[in-house]
Amino acid sequence: MSIDRRTFLGVAGLSALAIAGKSTLDALARGEEREAASATQVATRWAMVIDPWKCQKEQGCIDCIAACDKAHNVPRFPARAHEVKWIWKEPFDKAFPDQGSLYTAEAFRDRPVLVFCNHCDNPPCVRVCPTKATWKRQDGIVMMDWHRCIGCRYCVAACPYGSRSFNWLDPRPNIKALNLDFPTRTKGVVEKCNFCEERLAKGEQPACVLACKEKALVFGNLNDPTSAVRDLLRSRYAIRRRPELGTQPEIYYLV
Amino acid sequence: MRDRGIIIGGLILFLGLITFPVWYNAAAGTTSKGPEPKLPTEEKNCVAPVDYMRSSHMDLLVNWRDEVVRQNVRQFVAFDGKTYTKGLTQTCMKCHASKADFCDRCHTYAGVQPPCWDCHIDPKLIQRSTG
Repeated sequence: MSIDRRTFLGVAGLSALAIAGKSTLDALARGEEREAASATQVATRWAMVIDPWKCQKEQGCIDCIAACDKAHNVPRFPARAHEVKWIWKEPFDKAFPDQGSLYTAEAFRDRPVLVFCNHCDNPPCVRVCPTKATWKRQDGIVMMDWHRCIGCRYCVAACPYGSRSFNWLDPRPNIKALNLDFPTRTKGVVEKCNFCEERLAKGEQPACVLACKEKALVFGNLNDPTSAVRDLLRSRYAIRRRPELGTQPEIYYLV
Repeated sequence: MRDRGIIIGGLILFLGLITFPVWYNAAAGTTSKGPEPKLPTEEKNCVAPVDYMRSSHMDLLVNWRDEVVRQNVRQFVAFDGKTYTKGLTQTCMKCHASKADFCDRCHTYAGVQPPCWDCHIDPKLIQRSTG
């Protein structure tokens, strides 16, 4: 049997197309599998829901802040320029600059809002870190490796919430009571809230959550539909700090 | 050959000077002295065999550090099957309670200054600050 040139080229072309098409389909199928795997893999997404009204019941209460300071050896510097903050109170119009009106300013004059690292889903601090000293964990915690921080402060500049502090001075002399189980930091290192990941590893709740007498802070897993945080977010309206920036903060404030 | 005395004298002086540290240490009796770290008495086994710990504890500690901080893996199964929590102050210092008597002895002897204690807290420091 003999084939002419035209038939030969046709058959060869179709075969090549079939081979190329097969590998493309295979690659696409693999991609889908991977996506499905990553969606099921993340069973935990830690988040916090804050009830500002409960929090403000007792004016001037700093139980959560004191508990955090103690748990993490957070230094207290007398000068504001050297301040190191993990969890602190911010005036309403500073915490929610896009939410206020002339009248809310009046309503919230003596009602500061509790703020800390938002553990964003799309953290700008992580994107700018040149040494990967900060990164987002599978469970959503924006973690820091102080061993690797070179103190460039890109993350401090990138964070729109001011959640990161730089140690301009040696923090040790300014720590009230040293906690042996947690390291201090050194001069030249950035620090911030770590969502108490060292306590989560032991199955404990964050220190601030436990310290709050009013139970104004609720911590839990967003990916678990039965968790307390999901319950609250289902039943109440909640806002986040500056959502328009696209950082997807994971600290919710009930209104 | 008129300078023979000066040359030989100079050579002797030169040899004496460059071997000075040897003479000095021999006289002070420090050459045969090791670092002599104080070992814990109650616990007989460390998390790895002694030879390994002696030569490579720094690698083990760096691995622990990376696994805990970056991978959230906190348990360490030792060579004898025992499980330990990875942690410098939480685990190592439970037995090797004194940084000055254990860590510092060798580190000073070898002239190395690991930065561990810039952040991790020497338990003795707390005792001093509270009592």
